[in-house]
Amino acid sequence: MNELLNVSASPHVRSKDTTKSIMRDVAIAMIPSSVFGIYNFGVNALLLILTCVATCVLSEYIYEKGMHRPITTGDYSAVVTGLILALNLPSSAPLWMAMLGSVFAIIVVKQLFGGLGQNFMNPALAARCFLMISFTGRMTDFAVTKATNFINGAMGIDGFSGATPLAVAKAGDSVDLLSMFIGGTAGTIGETSALCLLIGAAYLMVKKIISPKIPFIYIGTLLVFALIFGGYGFDINYLGAQLLGGGLIFGAFFMATDYVTSPITPMGQIIFAISLGLLTGIFRIFGGSAEGVSYAIIICNLLVPLMERVTIPVAFGWEGKRNGK
Amino acid sequence: MNKYLERLYNGIIKENPTFVLMLGMCPTLAVTVSAMNGLGMGLSTTVVLVLSNAMISLLRKVIPDKVRIPAFIVVVATFVTVVQLLLQAYVPSLYDALGIYIPLIVVNCIILGRAEAYASKNSVLLSTFDGLGMGLGFTLGLTAIGLFRELIGSGKIFGFGLMPASYEPITIFVLAPGAFFVLAMLTALQNKLKAPSATNVTGGPAMACGGNCGECHGNACEANHGLLEAQKAAAKAEKAAQAKRAAEAKKAAVEGATKVAFDKVMEKTEGRED
Repeated sequence: MNELLNVSASPHVRSKDTTKSIMRDVAIAMIPSSVFGIYNFGVNALLLILTCVATCVLSEYIYEKGMHRPITTGDYSAVVTGLILALNLPSSAPLWMAMLGSVFAIIVVKQLFGGLGQNFMNPALAARCFLMISFTGRMTDFAVTKATNFINGAMGIDGFSGATPLAVAKAGDSVDLLSMFIGGTAGTIGETSALCLLIGAAYLMVKKIISPKIPFIYIGTLLVFALIFGGYGFDINYLGAQLLGGGLIFGAFFMATDYVTSPITPMGQIIFAISLGLLTGIFRIFGGSAEGVSYAIIICNLLVPLMERVTIPVAFGWEGKRNGK
Repeated sequence: MNKYLERLYNGIIKENPTFVLMLGMCPTLAVTVSAMNGLGMGLSTTVVLVLSNAMISLLRKVIPDKVRIPAFIVVVATFVTVVQLLLQAYVPSLYDALGIYIPLIVVNCIILGRAEAYASKNSVLLSTFDGLGMGLGFTLGLTAIGLFRELIGSGKIFGFGLMPASYEPITIFVLAPGAFFVLAMLTALQNKLKAPSATNVTGGPAMACGGNCGECHGNACEANHGLLEAQKAAAKAEKAAQAKRAAEAKKAAVEGATKVAFDKVMEKTEGRED
Protein backbone atom coordinates (compact mmCIF):
# COMPACT_ATOMS: atom_id res chain seq x y z
CA MET A 1 0.00 0.00 0.00
CA ASN A 2 2.72 2.45 0.96
CA GLU A 3 4.06 2.99 -2.52
CA LEU A 4 3.25 6.65 -2.62
CA LEU A 5 6.10 8.83 -1.46
CA ASN A 6 5.06 11.23 1.19
CA VAL A 7 6.13 14.67 0.02
CA SER A 8 5.78 17.35 2.64
CA ALA A 9 7.49 20.34 4.10
CA SER A 10 9.80 19.97 7.09
CA PRO A 11 9.89 18.97 9.93
CA HIS A 12 10.10 15.34 8.91
CA VAL A 13 10.97 13.87 12.26
CA ARG A 14 8.14 14.41 14.68
CA SER A 15 7.64 13.52 18.29
CA LYS A 16 4.56 11.54 19.15
CA ASP A 17 4.08 13.56 22.32
CA THR A 18 0.98 15.67 22.47
CA THR A 19 -0.30 17.94 25.19
CA LYS A 20 -2.86 15.28 25.88
CA SER A 21 -0.40 12.41 26.30
CA ILE A 22 1.93 14.47 28.49
CA MET A 23 -0.84 15.74 30.72
CA ARG A 24 -2.29 12.25 30.99
CA ASP A 25 1.08 10.96 32.19
CA VAL A 26 1.31 13.73 34.77
CA ALA A 27 -2.17 12.84 36.00
CA ILE A 28 -1.18 9.16 36.19
CA ALA A 29 1.94 10.09 38.16
CA MET A 30 -0.21 11.74 40.80
CA ILE A 31 -2.41 8.67 41.30
CA PRO A 32 -0.23 7.08 44.03
CA SER A 33 -0.32 10.28 46.08
CA SER A 34 -4.05 10.72 45.52
CA VAL A 35 -4.82 7.14 46.52
CA PHE A 36 -2.63 7.41 49.59
CA GLY A 37 -4.23 10.75 50.45
CA ILE A 38 -7.70 9.23 50.23
CA TYR A 39 -6.64 6.24 52.35
CA ASN A 40 -4.94 8.55 54.81
CA PHE A 41 -7.52 11.31 55.18
CA GLY A 42 -10.72 9.47 54.37
CA VAL A 43 -13.72 10.31 52.24
CA ASN A 44 -13.34 14.07 52.54
CA ALA A 45 -10.07 13.88 50.60
CA LEU A 46 -11.83 11.93 47.85
CA LEU A 47 -14.61 14.52 47.69
CA LEU A 48 -12.08 17.35 47.55
CA ILE A 49 -10.16 15.73 44.70
CA LEU A 50 -13.34 15.06 42.72
CA THR A 51 -14.66 18.56 43.35
CA CYS A 52 -11.44 20.25 42.26
CA VAL A 53 -11.07 18.20 39.09
CA ALA A 54 -14.72 18.56 38.14
CA THR A 55 -14.80 22.30 38.83
CA CYS A 56 -11.61 22.90 36.87
CA VAL A 57 -12.81 20.99 33.82
CA LEU A 58 -16.26 22.54 34.00
CA SER A 59 -15.06 26.11 34.38
CA GLU A 60 -12.65 25.67 31.49
CA TYR A 61 -15.48 24.29 29.35
CA ILE A 62 -17.93 27.04 30.28
CA TYR A 63 -15.39 29.83 29.77
CA GLU A 64 -14.29 28.55 26.38
CA LYS A 65 -17.86 27.97 25.30
CA GLY A 66 -18.84 31.44 26.42
CA MET A 67 -15.86 33.09 24.72
CA HIS A 68 -16.30 31.06 21.51
CA ARG A 69 -12.84 29.55 21.74
CA PRO A 70 -11.84 26.01 20.84
CA ILE A 71 -12.76 23.67 23.67
CA THR A 72 -9.57 22.27 25.22
CA THR A 73 -11.01 20.29 28.11
CA GLY A 74 -9.96 17.07 26.37
CA ASP A 75 -6.24 17.72 26.83
CA TYR A 76 -6.25 16.83 30.54
CA SER A 77 -4.50 20.04 31.54
CA ALA A 78 -7.51 21.16 33.58
CA VAL A 79 -7.58 17.73 35.20
CA VAL A 80 -3.94 18.11 36.20
CA THR A 81 -4.57 21.60 37.56
CA GLY A 82 -7.49 20.29 39.61
CA LEU A 83 -5.47 17.37 40.92
CA ILE A 84 -2.50 19.51 41.93
CA LEU A 85 -4.80 22.00 43.66
CA ALA A 86 -6.67 19.25 45.53
CA LEU A 87 -3.44 17.62 46.69
CA ASN A 88 -2.40 21.04 47.98
CA LEU A 89 -5.44 21.43 50.21
CA PRO A 90 -5.75 20.20 53.77
CA SER A 91 -8.28 17.40 54.07
CA SER A 92 -10.46 19.50 56.37
CA ALA A 93 -11.03 22.14 53.68
CA PRO A 94 -14.70 22.71 52.84
CA LEU A 95 -15.87 21.90 49.32
CA TRP A 96 -16.83 25.48 48.45
CA MET A 97 -13.24 26.49 49.06
CA ALA A 98 -12.04 23.85 46.61
CA MET A 99 -14.53 25.18 44.05
CA LEU A 100 -13.49 28.77 44.58
CA GLY A 101 -9.83 27.86 44.20
CA SER A 102 -10.49 25.83 41.05
CA VAL A 103 -12.46 28.62 39.41
CA PHE A 104 -9.72 31.09 40.31
CA ALA A 105 -7.02 28.81 38.90
CA ILE A 106 -8.73 28.17 35.60
CA ILE A 107 -10.53 31.45 34.89
CA VAL A 108 -8.28 34.11 36.39
CA VAL A 109 -4.80 32.61 36.16
CA LYS A 110 -5.14 30.48 33.05
CA GLN A 111 -7.96 31.55 30.73
CA LEU A 112 -7.88 35.31 31.22
CA PHE A 113 -4.27 35.28 30.07
CA GLY A 114 -4.99 33.20 26.99
CA GLY A 115 -5.29 29.58 28.08
CA LEU A 116 -2.73 26.81 28.30
CA GLY A 117 0.73 28.02 27.29
CA GLN A 118 -0.05 31.64 28.11
CA ASN A 119 -0.50 31.37 31.86
CA PHE A 120 2.30 33.30 33.54
CA MET A 121 2.26 31.24 36.70
CA ASN A 122 1.22 27.77 37.69
CA PRO A 123 -2.60 28.00 37.98
CA ALA A 124 -2.94 25.45 40.77
CA LEU A 125 -0.23 27.07 42.86
CA ALA A 126 -1.61 30.55 42.30
CA ALA A 127 -4.97 29.26 43.50
CA ARG A 128 -3.34 27.68 46.53
CA CYS A 129 -1.72 30.99 47.44
CA PHE A 130 -5.01 32.79 46.82
CA LEU A 131 -6.75 30.46 49.27
CA MET A 132 -3.81 30.56 51.67
CA ILE A 133 -3.95 34.35 51.90
CA SER A 134 -7.74 34.47 52.02
CA PHE A 135 -8.46 31.64 54.46
CA THR A 136 -5.22 31.18 56.39
CA GLY A 137 -6.93 29.45 59.28
CA ARG A 138 -8.69 26.84 57.20
CA MET A 139 -5.70 26.23 54.95
CA THR A 140 -3.43 25.38 57.88
CA ASP A 141 -5.96 23.30 59.78
CA PHE A 142 -4.38 19.88 59.30
CA ALA A 143 -6.37 16.91 60.47
CA VAL A 144 -4.91 13.95 62.26
CA THR A 145 -4.30 11.20 59.75
CA LYS A 146 -5.12 7.57 59.72
CA ALA A 147 -1.47 6.67 59.16
CA THR A 148 -0.52 8.80 62.16
CA ASN A 149 -3.03 6.99 64.30
CA PHE A 150 -1.69 3.69 63.06
CA ILE A 151 1.93 4.54 63.83
CA ASN A 152 1.10 6.22 67.10
CA GLY A 153 -1.14 3.34 68.10
CA ALA A 154 1.75 0.98 67.62
CA MET A 155 3.80 3.26 69.82
CA GLY A 156 1.10 3.53 72.43
CA ILE A 157 0.24 7.18 71.91
CA ASP A 158 -3.38 8.31 71.78
CA GLY A 159 -3.35 11.74 70.24
CA PHE A 160 -1.29 13.89 67.95
CA SER A 161 -1.17 17.65 67.78
CA GLY A 162 -1.63 19.33 64.44
CA ALA A 163 1.72 21.02 63.85
CA THR A 164 3.42 20.04 60.61
CA PRO A 165 6.81 18.35 60.95
CA LEU A 166 8.41 21.32 59.26
CA ALA A 167 7.10 23.62 61.98
CA VAL A 168 8.33 21.16 64.58
CA ALA A 169 11.77 21.07 62.96
CA LYS A 170 11.85 24.84 62.76
CA ALA A 171 11.21 25.00 66.48
CA GLY A 172 14.26 22.79 66.96
CA ASP A 173 12.54 19.55 68.00
CA SER A 174 13.33 16.27 66.34
CA VAL A 175 10.91 14.63 63.96
CA ASP A 176 10.18 11.06 62.91
CA LEU A 177 11.78 10.86 59.46
CA LEU A 178 10.44 7.41 58.60
CA SER A 179 6.92 8.54 59.35
CA MET A 180 7.47 11.60 57.16
CA PHE A 181 8.78 9.42 54.33
CA ILE A 182 5.80 7.09 54.38
CA GLY A 183 3.28 9.82 55.03
CA GLY A 184 2.12 9.59 58.61
CA THR A 185 2.47 13.29 59.37
CA ALA A 186 0.19 16.29 59.24
CA GLY A 187 -0.02 18.18 55.99
CA THR A 188 -2.06 18.65 52.84
CA ILE A 189 -3.68 15.72 51.09
CA GLY A 190 -0.87 15.06 48.65
CA GLU A 191 2.29 16.34 50.29
CA THR A 192 2.59 14.01 53.28
CA SER A 193 3.90 10.88 51.63
CA ALA A 194 7.31 11.40 50.07
CA LEU A 195 7.29 7.76 48.99
CA CYS A 196 4.16 8.05 46.83
CA LEU A 197 5.37 11.33 45.33
CA LEU A 198 8.71 9.77 44.43
CA ILE A 199 6.96 6.82 42.75
CA GLY A 200 5.06 9.29 40.60
CA ALA A 201 8.18 11.34 39.92
CA ALA A 202 10.09 8.22 38.90
CA TYR A 203 7.30 7.38 36.46
CA LEU A 204 7.53 10.86 34.92
CA MET A 205 11.30 10.63 34.62
CA VAL A 206 11.23 7.16 33.09
CA LYS A 207 8.67 8.36 30.56
CA LYS A 208 10.94 11.38 29.98
CA ILE A 209 8.07 13.78 30.68
CA ILE A 210 10.21 15.78 33.10
CA SER A 211 13.97 16.12 33.19
CA PRO A 212 15.56 15.57 36.60
CA LYS A 213 17.52 18.80 36.24
CA ILE A 214 15.17 21.29 37.87
CA PRO A 215 14.00 19.11 40.80
CA PHE A 216 17.44 17.89 41.83
CA ILE A 217 19.18 21.26 41.56
CA TYR A 218 16.24 22.81 43.44
CA ILE A 219 16.36 20.30 46.28
CA GLY A 220 20.17 20.36 46.39
CA THR A 221 20.27 24.15 46.62
CA LEU A 222 17.73 24.13 49.43
CA LEU A 223 19.64 21.49 51.40
CA VAL A 224 22.91 23.40 51.05
CA PHE A 225 21.12 26.58 52.10
CA ALA A 226 19.58 24.85 55.13
CA LEU A 227 22.99 23.37 56.01
CA ILE A 228 24.64 26.78 56.00
CA PHE A 229 21.91 29.02 57.38
CA GLY A 230 19.59 26.59 59.19
CA GLY A 231 21.43 27.04 62.46
CA TYR A 232 21.62 23.31 63.20
CA GLY A 233 24.73 22.48 61.17
CA PHE A 234 24.94 19.00 59.69
CA ASP A 235 21.97 17.58 61.58
CA ILE A 236 20.49 14.66 59.62
CA ASN A 237 17.19 15.00 61.40
CA TYR A 238 16.81 18.71 60.59
CA LEU A 239 17.96 18.35 56.99
CA GLY A 240 15.73 15.32 56.55
CA ALA A 241 12.76 17.30 57.80
CA GLN A 242 13.61 20.06 55.31
CA LEU A 243 13.81 17.51 52.50
CA LEU A 244 10.74 15.42 53.30
CA GLY A 245 8.61 18.06 54.96
CA GLY A 246 6.14 20.44 53.44
CA GLY A 247 5.59 20.53 49.72
CA LEU A 248 9.24 20.37 48.66
CA ILE A 249 9.18 17.04 46.84
CA PHE A 250 5.70 17.66 45.45
CA GLY A 251 6.66 21.15 44.33
CA ALA A 252 10.04 20.23 42.91
CA PHE A 253 8.88 17.30 40.78
CA PHE A 254 5.32 18.25 39.84
CA MET A 255 5.05 22.03 39.92
CA ALA A 256 8.49 23.51 39.25
CA THR A 257 8.75 21.31 36.15
CA ASP A 258 5.56 22.64 34.57
CA TYR A 259 6.39 23.21 30.89
CA VAL A 260 4.60 26.50 30.57
CA THR A 261 6.00 28.21 33.63
CA SER A 262 9.60 26.98 33.67
CA PRO A 263 12.37 28.18 31.33
CA ILE A 264 13.08 26.33 28.10
CA THR A 265 16.74 27.28 27.84
CA PRO A 266 19.12 24.81 29.58
CA MET A 267 20.98 27.57 31.40
CA GLY A 268 17.70 29.23 32.33
CA GLN A 269 16.51 26.01 33.96
CA ILE A 270 19.59 25.89 36.16
CA ILE A 271 19.13 29.52 37.21
CA PHE A 272 15.43 28.85 37.80
CA ALA A 273 16.14 25.83 40.01
CA ILE A 274 18.81 27.62 42.04
CA SER A 275 16.54 30.64 42.57
CA LEU A 276 13.79 28.30 43.73
CA GLY A 277 16.11 26.68 46.25
CA LEU A 278 17.37 30.00 47.56
CA LEU A 279 13.90 31.54 47.85
CA THR A 280 12.44 28.47 49.54
CA GLY A 281 15.33 28.45 51.98
CA ILE A 282 14.89 32.13 52.75
CA PHE A 283 11.14 31.74 53.27
CA ARG A 284 11.50 28.62 55.40
CA ILE A 285 14.38 29.70 57.59
CA PHE A 286 14.00 33.48 57.86
CA GLY A 287 10.29 33.79 57.08
CA GLY A 288 7.38 33.82 59.45
CA SER A 289 5.83 30.56 58.31
CA ALA A 290 7.50 27.16 58.16
CA GLU A 291 6.56 26.59 54.52
CA GLY A 292 7.75 28.46 51.45
CA VAL A 293 7.64 26.20 48.41
CA SER A 294 4.50 27.55 46.79
CA TYR A 295 5.46 31.22 47.12
CA ALA A 296 8.98 30.47 45.87
CA ILE A 297 7.63 28.71 42.79
CA ILE A 298 5.13 31.37 41.80
CA ILE A 299 7.66 34.17 42.32
CA CYS A 300 10.18 32.35 40.14
CA ASN A 301 7.43 31.70 37.58
CA LEU A 302 7.18 35.46 37.19
CA LEU A 303 10.91 35.73 36.55
CA VAL A 304 10.99 33.00 33.89
CA PRO A 305 10.70 35.34 30.87
CA LEU A 306 13.71 37.31 32.13
CA MET A 307 15.71 34.15 32.75
CA GLU A 308 14.95 32.95 29.24
CA ARG A 309 15.86 36.26 27.76
CA VAL A 310 19.36 36.41 29.24
CA THR A 311 20.13 32.75 28.57
CA ILE A 312 19.22 32.37 24.91
CA PRO A 313 21.82 29.90 23.60
CA VAL A 314 24.12 31.07 20.83
CA ALA A 315 23.36 29.43 17.50
CA PHE A 316 26.02 27.19 15.95
CA GLY A 317 28.53 29.30 14.05
CA TRP A 318 27.67 32.50 15.86
CA GLU A 319 29.87 31.91 18.91
CA GLY A 320 31.97 34.87 19.90
CA LYS A 321 29.85 37.35 18.00
CA ARG A 322 27.99 39.77 20.17
CA ASN A 323 24.19 39.77 20.08
CA GLY A 324 24.19 37.52 17.05
CA LYS A 325 25.34 40.36 14.78
CA MET B 1 -24.87 78.52 35.23
CA ASN B 2 -25.16 75.71 32.75
CA LYS B 3 -21.45 75.53 32.11
CA TYR B 4 -20.78 75.12 35.84
CA LEU B 5 -23.14 72.17 36.02
CA GLU B 6 -21.48 70.83 32.90
CA ARG B 7 -18.13 70.88 34.76
CA LEU B 8 -19.64 68.83 37.59
CA TYR B 9 -21.16 66.36 35.12
CA ASN B 10 -17.86 66.16 33.29
CA GLY B 11 -15.94 65.33 36.45
CA ILE B 12 -18.37 62.87 37.95
CA ILE B 13 -19.57 60.98 34.87
CA LYS B 14 -18.05 61.89 31.54
CA GLU B 15 -14.41 62.10 32.56
CA ASN B 16 -14.54 60.28 35.88
CA PRO B 17 -10.91 60.23 37.02
CA THR B 18 -11.02 56.67 38.36
CA PHE B 19 -13.12 54.86 35.81
CA VAL B 20 -12.63 56.85 32.62
CA LEU B 21 -9.33 58.72 32.84
CA MET B 22 -7.72 56.07 35.06
CA LEU B 23 -5.67 58.67 36.89
CA GLY B 24 -4.52 58.52 40.50
CA MET B 25 -4.30 54.74 40.46
CA CYS B 26 -1.85 54.64 43.37
CA PRO B 27 -4.29 55.80 46.08
CA THR B 28 -7.10 53.99 44.26
CA LEU B 29 -5.34 50.67 44.70
CA ALA B 30 -3.79 51.33 48.08
CA VAL B 31 -6.39 52.91 50.34
CA THR B 32 -9.67 51.38 49.18
CA VAL B 33 -9.59 48.55 51.72
CA SER B 34 -12.86 49.85 53.13
CA ALA B 35 -15.62 52.17 51.97
CA MET B 36 -14.81 54.58 54.80
CA ASN B 37 -11.16 54.87 53.74
CA GLY B 38 -12.20 55.39 50.13
CA LEU B 39 -14.62 58.13 51.14
CA GLY B 40 -12.06 59.81 53.40
CA MET B 41 -9.34 59.74 50.76
CA GLY B 42 -11.76 60.97 48.09
CA LEU B 43 -12.99 63.89 50.20
CA SER B 44 -9.47 64.91 51.24
CA THR B 45 -8.45 64.92 47.61
CA THR B 46 -11.58 66.88 46.70
CA VAL B 47 -10.76 69.61 49.20
CA VAL B 48 -7.21 69.91 47.92
CA LEU B 49 -8.40 69.81 44.33
CA VAL B 50 -10.97 72.58 44.76
CA LEU B 51 -8.60 74.86 46.67
CA SER B 52 -5.60 74.28 44.43
CA ASN B 53 -7.66 74.72 41.26
CA ALA B 54 -9.01 78.01 42.57
CA MET B 55 -5.61 79.22 43.68
CA ILE B 56 -3.84 78.23 40.49
CA SER B 57 -6.57 79.82 38.42
CA LEU B 58 -6.11 83.03 40.40
CA LEU B 59 -2.38 82.93 39.82
CA ARG B 60 -2.53 81.79 36.22
CA LYS B 61 -1.41 85.14 34.83
CA VAL B 62 1.33 85.53 37.42
CA ILE B 63 3.03 82.15 37.18
CA PRO B 64 5.67 82.17 34.43
CA ASP B 65 5.12 79.44 31.92
CA LYS B 66 8.57 77.91 32.31
CA VAL B 67 8.31 77.24 36.05
CA ARG B 68 4.61 76.47 36.20
CA ILE B 69 5.00 72.82 37.34
CA PRO B 70 7.12 73.67 40.43
CA ALA B 71 4.74 76.53 41.17
CA PHE B 72 1.72 74.20 40.96
CA ILE B 73 3.45 71.69 43.23
CA VAL B 74 4.12 74.36 45.85
CA VAL B 75 0.45 75.44 45.81
CA VAL B 76 -0.79 71.83 45.99
CA ALA B 77 1.69 70.89 48.73
CA THR B 78 0.54 73.82 50.84
CA PHE B 79 -3.08 72.71 50.73
CA VAL B 80 -2.16 69.08 51.30
CA THR B 81 -0.26 70.06 54.43
CA VAL B 82 -3.28 72.01 55.66
CA VAL B 83 -5.58 69.03 55.03
CA GLN B 84 -3.11 66.64 56.62
CA LEU B 85 -2.87 68.68 59.82
CA LEU B 86 -6.66 69.07 59.97
CA LEU B 87 -7.18 65.32 59.56
CA GLN B 88 -4.59 64.61 62.21
CA ALA B 89 -6.29 66.98 64.60
CA TYR B 90 -9.95 66.05 64.07
CA VAL B 91 -10.15 62.53 62.58
CA PRO B 92 -7.03 60.77 63.86
CA SER B 93 -8.45 57.32 63.06
CA LEU B 94 -8.79 58.18 59.38
CA TYR B 95 -5.40 59.86 59.47
CA ASP B 96 -3.84 56.64 60.74
CA ALA B 97 -5.68 54.52 58.21
CA LEU B 98 -4.62 56.61 55.23
CA GLY B 99 -1.06 57.07 56.46
CA ILE B 100 1.49 57.98 53.81
CA TYR B 101 -1.21 58.42 51.16
CA ILE B 102 -2.25 61.81 52.53
CA PRO B 103 1.11 63.50 51.86
CA LEU B 104 1.16 61.63 48.57
CA ILE B 105 -1.89 63.61 47.42
CA VAL B 106 0.73 66.21 46.42
CA VAL B 107 1.84 64.07 43.52
CA ASN B 108 -1.62 62.78 42.62
CA CYS B 109 -1.87 63.04 38.85
CA ILE B 110 -5.48 64.19 38.96
CA ILE B 111 -4.58 67.34 40.85
CA LEU B 112 -1.57 68.22 38.75
CA GLY B 113 -3.47 67.18 35.63
CA ARG B 114 -6.40 69.49 36.36
CA ALA B 115 -4.06 72.35 37.24
CA GLU B 116 -2.17 71.93 34.00
CA ALA B 117 -5.08 71.12 31.72
CA TYR B 118 -7.83 73.29 33.15
CA ALA B 119 -7.15 75.67 36.01
CA SER B 120 -4.18 77.37 34.35
CA LYS B 121 -6.36 78.31 31.38
CA ASN B 122 -9.80 79.05 32.82
CA SER B 123 -11.55 81.44 35.17
CA VAL B 124 -11.60 80.98 38.93
CA LEU B 125 -15.22 79.90 39.31
CA LEU B 126 -15.08 77.45 36.43
CA SER B 127 -11.87 75.95 37.78
CA THR B 128 -13.40 75.60 41.23
CA PHE B 129 -16.36 73.73 39.80
CA ASP B 130 -14.01 71.61 37.71
CA GLY B 131 -12.08 70.69 40.85
CA LEU B 132 -15.30 69.92 42.68
CA GLY B 133 -16.59 67.70 39.86
CA MET B 134 -13.31 65.84 39.50
CA GLY B 135 -12.98 65.44 43.25
CA LEU B 136 -16.51 64.08 43.62
CA GLY B 137 -15.91 61.73 40.70
CA PHE B 138 -12.76 60.49 42.40
CA THR B 139 -14.60 60.12 45.70
CA LEU B 140 -17.34 58.17 43.95
CA GLY B 141 -14.83 55.84 42.33
CA LEU B 142 -12.86 55.20 45.51
CA THR B 143 -15.97 54.68 47.61
CA ALA B 144 -17.44 52.24 45.09
CA ILE B 145 -14.26 50.18 44.93
CA GLY B 146 -13.93 50.38 48.72
CA LEU B 147 -17.54 49.23 49.19
CA PHE B 148 -17.02 46.21 46.99
CA ARG B 149 -13.69 45.23 48.53
CA GLU B 150 -14.97 45.68 52.06
CA LEU B 151 -18.09 43.64 51.34
CA ILE B 152 -16.19 40.71 49.83
CA GLY B 153 -13.05 40.96 51.91
CA SER B 154 -14.52 41.47 55.36
CA GLY B 155 -18.27 41.07 54.90
CA LYS B 156 -19.08 44.61 56.01
CA ILE B 157 -20.11 47.94 54.56
CA PHE B 158 -18.94 51.10 56.34
CA GLY B 159 -18.11 48.84 59.26
CA PHE B 160 -21.57 47.31 59.58
CA GLY B 161 -21.83 43.56 59.06
CA LEU B 162 -24.11 42.88 56.12
CA MET B 163 -23.30 39.35 55.10
CA PRO B 164 -24.90 36.36 56.84
CA ALA B 165 -22.90 34.93 59.71
CA SER B 166 -21.95 31.86 57.69
CA TYR B 167 -20.18 34.03 55.10
CA GLU B 168 -16.43 33.67 55.25
CA PRO B 169 -14.64 36.81 54.09
CA ILE B 170 -12.18 36.33 51.25
CA THR B 171 -9.38 38.20 52.95
CA ILE B 172 -7.32 38.64 49.81
CA PHE B 173 -9.77 41.31 48.64
CA VAL B 174 -8.71 43.71 51.37
CA LEU B 175 -5.06 43.07 50.53
CA ALA B 176 -3.14 44.53 47.60
CA PRO B 177 -3.94 41.78 45.05
CA GLY B 178 -7.66 42.27 45.65
CA ALA B 179 -7.41 45.88 44.49
CA PHE B 180 -5.96 44.74 41.20
CA PHE B 181 -8.63 42.05 40.77
CA VAL B 182 -11.45 44.50 41.36
CA LEU B 183 -10.03 47.21 39.12
CA ALA B 184 -9.24 44.73 36.34
CA MET B 185 -12.70 43.19 36.44
CA LEU B 186 -14.25 46.63 36.42
CA THR B 187 -12.25 47.68 33.38
CA ALA B 188 -13.10 44.43 31.63
CA LEU B 189 -16.77 45.10 32.30
CA GLN B 190 -16.44 48.64 30.96
CA ASN B 191 -14.80 47.34 27.82
CA LYS B 192 -17.48 44.71 27.39
CA LEU B 193 -20.29 47.22 27.79
CA LYS B 194 -18.36 49.68 25.59
CA ALA B 195 -18.64 52.25 28.35
CA PRO B 196 -16.22 55.15 28.03
CA SER B 197 -12.86 54.40 29.60
CA ALA B 198 -9.17 54.95 28.98
CA THR B 199 -8.91 51.52 27.40
CA ASN B 200 -12.01 52.02 25.28
CA VAL B 201 -10.84 54.85 23.06
CA THR B 202 -11.92 55.35 19.50
CA GLY B 203 -9.42 56.26 16.84
CA GLY B 204 -9.74 58.32 13.67
CA PRO B 205 -12.28 57.72 10.92
CA ALA B 206 -9.58 55.92 8.87
CA MET B 207 -10.00 52.81 10.98
CA ALA B 208 -12.97 50.52 10.74
CA CYS B 209 -12.50 49.14 14.24
CA GLY B 210 -11.91 52.53 15.81
CA GLY B 211 -8.32 51.80 16.77
CA ASN B 212 -9.16 49.97 19.96
CA CYS B 213 -6.95 46.91 19.78
CA GLY B 214 -8.29 45.56 23.06
CA GLU B 215 -11.56 44.41 21.57
CA CYS B 216 -10.11 43.21 18.30
CA HIS B 217 -9.54 39.62 17.35
CA GLY B 218 -8.77 38.08 14.01
CA ASN B 219 -7.19 39.20 10.79
CA ALA B 220 -9.28 42.32 10.33
CA CYS B 221 -6.72 43.95 12.58
CA GLU B 222 -3.86 43.56 10.15
CA ALA B 223 -4.93 46.34 7.81
CA ASN B 224 -5.68 48.68 10.69
CA HIS B 225 -2.40 47.73 12.31
CA GLY B 226 -0.68 48.93 9.14
CA LEU B 227 -2.59 52.18 9.34
CA LEU B 228 -1.62 52.68 12.95
CA GLU B 229 2.00 51.96 12.13
CA ALA B 230 1.85 54.46 9.28
CA GLN B 231 0.43 57.09 11.63
CA LYS B 232 3.16 56.41 14.14
CA ALA B 233 5.83 56.55 11.42
CA ALA B 234 4.45 59.87 10.19
CA ALA B 235 4.51 61.28 13.71
CA LYS B 236 8.06 60.05 14.13
CA ALA B 237 9.17 61.59 10.84
CA GLU B 238 7.55 64.86 11.85
CA LYS B 239 9.41 64.81 15.14
CA ALA B 240 12.69 63.97 13.42
CA ALA B 241 12.22 66.83 10.98
CA GLN B 242 11.56 69.20 13.85
CA ALA B 243 14.63 67.99 15.68
CA LYS B 244 16.68 68.49 12.54
CA ARG B 245 15.41 72.03 12.10
CA ALA B 246 16.22 72.78 15.71
CA ALA B 247 19.66 71.29 15.32
CA GLU B 248 20.27 73.39 12.25
CA ALA B 249 19.20 76.53 14.02
CA LYS B 250 21.49 75.66 16.86
CA LYS B 251 24.28 74.96 14.48
CA ALA B 252 23.92 78.35 12.86
CA ALA B 253 24.06 79.95 16.29
CA VAL B 254 27.19 78.30 17.52
CA GLU B 255 28.95 77.97 14.20
CA GLY B 256 31.05 81.07 14.55
CA ALA B 257 32.45 80.22 17.94
CA THR B 258 33.22 76.53 17.79
CA LYS B 259 33.31 75.82 14.13
CA VAL B 260 36.17 73.34 14.07
CA ALA B 261 34.97 71.19 16.95
CA PHE B 262 31.38 71.26 15.76
CA ASP B 263 32.25 70.17 12.26
CA LYS B 264 34.01 67.18 13.71
CA VAL B 265 30.93 66.21 15.70
CA MET B 266 28.63 66.71 12.74
CA GLU B 267 30.88 64.61 10.59
CA LYS B 268 30.61 61.84 13.10
CA THR B 269 26.85 62.01 13.43
CA GLU B 270 26.35 62.25 9.69
CA GLY B 271 28.58 59.28 9.19
CA ARG B 272 26.43 57.35 11.63
CA GLU B 273 23.25 58.38 9.92
CA ASP B 274 24.52 57.08 6.63
